[in-house]
Amino acid sequence: MLKQIEGSQAVAQAVALCRPEVICAYPISPQTHIVEGLGEMVKSGALARCEFINVESEFAAMSVAIGAAAAGARAYTATASQGLLYMAEAVFNASGLGLPIVMTVANRAIGAPINIWNDHTDAMSQRDCGWIQLFAENNQEALDLHIQAFRLGEELSLPVMVCMDGFILTHAYERVDLPTQEQVDAWLPPFEPRQVLDPAEPVSIGAMVGPEAFMEVRYLAHAKQMRALELIPGWADEFRRAFGRDSGGLLHSYRTEDADTIVVALGSVLGTIKDTIDEMRRDGVKIGVLGITCFRPWPLAAVRAALAHATRVVVIEKSLAVGLGGIVTSNVRTSYGGSADAVHAVIAGLGGRSITRASLARVFAAALAGTLEPLSFLDLDGALVERALAREREQRRSGPIAEGMLRDLGVVAARI
Amino acid sequence: MSFQPVKFYQTGTFTVGNRLLAAEERSVQANMRRTNSINSGHRACQGCGEALGARYAIDAAMEATGKRLIAANATGCLEVFSTPYPETSWQVPWIHSLFGNTAAVATGIAAAMRVKGRSDIRVVAQGGDGGTTDIGFGCLSGMFERNDDVLYLCYDNGAYMNTGVQRSSATPAAARTATTMAVGEPPGNVFGQGKDLPAIAMAHGIPYVATATVAELRDLEAKVRRAMEFRGARYLHIFVPCPLGWGHAAHDTIRIARLAKETGVFPVFEAERGEVVSVSKIRRQLPVEEYLRPQKRFAHLFGKAPRADLIARIQEIADRNIRRYGLVDG
Ligand SMILES: Cc1ncc(C[n+]2csc(CCOP(=O)(O)OP(=O)(O)O)c2C)c(N)n1
Ligand code: SF4
Ligand SMILES: [Mg+2]
Repeated sequence: MLKQIEGSQAVAQAVALCRPEVICAYPISPQTHIVEGLGEMVKSGALARCEFINVESEFAAMSVAIGAAAAGARAYTATASQGLLYMAEAVFNASGLGLPIVMTVANRAIGAPINIWNDHTDAMSQRDCGWIQLFAENNQEALDLHIQAFRLGEELSLPVMVCMDGFILTHAYERVDLPTQEQVDAWLPPFEPRQVLDPAEPVSIGAMVGPEAFMEVRYLAHAKQMRALELIPGWADEFRRAFGRDSGGLLHSYRTEDADTIVVALGSVLGTIKDTIDEMRRDGVKIGVLGITCFRPWPLAAVRAALAHATRVVVIEKSLAVGLGGIVTSNVRTSYGGSADAVHAVIAGLGGRSITRASLARVFAAALAGTLEPLSFLDLDGALVERALAREREQRRSGPIAEGMLRDLGVVAARI
Repeated sequence: MSFQPVKFYQTGTFTVGNRLLAAEERSVQANMRRTNSINSGHRACQGCGEALGARYAIDAAMEATGKRLIAANATGCLEVFSTPYPETSWQVPWIHSLFGNTAAVATGIAAAMRVKGRSDIRVVAQGGDGGTTDIGFGCLSGMFERNDDVLYLCYDNGAYMNTGVQRSSATPAAARTATTMAVGEPPGNVFGQGKDLPAIAMAHGIPYVATATVAELRDLEAKVRRAMEFRGARYLHIFVPCPLGWGHAAHDTIRIARLAKETGVFPVFEAERGEVVSVSKIRRQLPVEEYLRPQKRFAHLFGKAPRADLIARIQEIADRNIRRYGLVDG
């Protein structure tokens, strides 16, 4: 059924169609509308046979999900930013225990300085935590990825994080095609846990493991993620047959067939990049874009194949490995056969900074001209940084960094 | 007190499982069909109060629930000594997730049971004093406030034993630990405000809060049984001496626990919906020295330069407990 609804509502309804049994959440922008939507469905009885638990922290949210999943219930939670970090210990624990929890991350920057706007720092900080990480390009895909996530996680006994850009997607009203309950029931079988706390068959879960088997347990988690790489493309085909649209999969290529320059990105910025590329194509530039849907496991072979003909790769990424550069870029380099220097990291959109077509066009033109640095920051206000550095050179007590910069800028709220 | 205590004057103790009792009055442990929920072969130290307390508590909970029980366990001695991979002592479905999230994990299990229509399966969460009063405090308070159907068992040995006897917020004043050395002034742990978790639990107004010691194991069993008669959040704080951390002989665990109660250092009571409903009276009140002296963690209070002043302050704490809970008749 086609509906014009907010991204958060689309996700809430998709999750509800998956018949979750325990939902636990703690509020943080921009995740709130998702769990509010689900909370209302549970409280009104529209979503039956489901417990909604208002917990006292994200750490508790993930812990409740761990207990519920270990007891055989389909468990869901959602968070963002500080909340994801606050639950980090339990996030690792959930994957270590092999519990197929599904969590939405409404991607948001991480403070300090505190900032509620979108970038990918939260999800990227947990990229090696053992969860499958899927990134949605638009609200339809966010909706569909949740339906796929439950099946994927439960098949592999691994938790799945569905990442969607905070505000840009969560708060955007877009037309989405909402499947019927029958369609989802046919796609997603009931949860049959591999391990369950059951008095009829008592097991111990979470025992202490020493050097004799720890490597093997970790390796198994890796092997399962490798298995996900094999399963996901087939499931995307199956999903297309069942729901009549392309959603999920490992990656999506756009106009890359003959492209010698390929842009790589994750999430909603792909839309802007495609528009930019369309314009450049009109001018005869051989440029295309590769969207990564599945970031963990990293689809090494698929990315390598997709980039095989590119002589130049530009990665637009909304996170920064401070002291190194690009996180996605580092991953892309492992999949690129050519020189590492041909893969450019462009850090963009941190803390909600707009990524405009004009700026992207400038960057791509620089890449084509061979003038793009290996690492650059899109629309960085260099003068502002220089003033802050000067202040630090000139006086020992230079004061709080962010506040100093804001003072230099003057009234800023209107510029976001 | 939730049952009629039977005094075995032959031995001068409240000995458990005595053959002098009628079969129905015997303790769960005395029954040949007890579940041995924590089976033999675990790695606890000799004389470990926590192992003893957990064994009695979980066996009693198993009996009370007809073996329909799931346990969540915090990181700590109990978790480590009971499950060195791939061995496990647990004969109940058991999960260990983290140090500070046990109450929340138990909430999730209880929610799963409810949604599956299996509310007959009951849930216990258990942890040490550190996992309860410090790092797990937020999750515990949340579980209390929501009144989730979980019995939380805190095994209080007054320090982080598993990591080598460091101070927790349950460490008593003047006690020496690895992080409150017997140097400086005052030597040992500070005389702080304390963190009275049973009282904090009561302030949440939850259906049932009780304290117990491993000296009165039938009382402990009775309280677990009583706790299982309620739905909602329940809290049982069990005083469990640790021979390794406290520096007392392994065979003195029960004696030390009894002395804690008989001196007023550890008040034993039950409360329902925030109100005390029964207290275990002190039979023969003893001065706190009797409790302190056998423990090396208090050795600096005696020795060459005895600290009568600090002992007097500990006595004041015990006297306050006695007054507050009416532990001594008269
Ligand atoms: C987040 C975290 N911090 C610290 C630790 C280290 N740690 C493990 S057990 C433990 C002490 C446990 O003390 P307590 O809860 O009192 O239980 P006990 O061992 O005394 O029975 C500590 C500090 C940990 N496992 N996790
Ligand atoms: S250190 Fe103490 S609590 Fe830990 S096993 Fe030994 S006696 Fe028990
Ligand atoms: Mg302890």
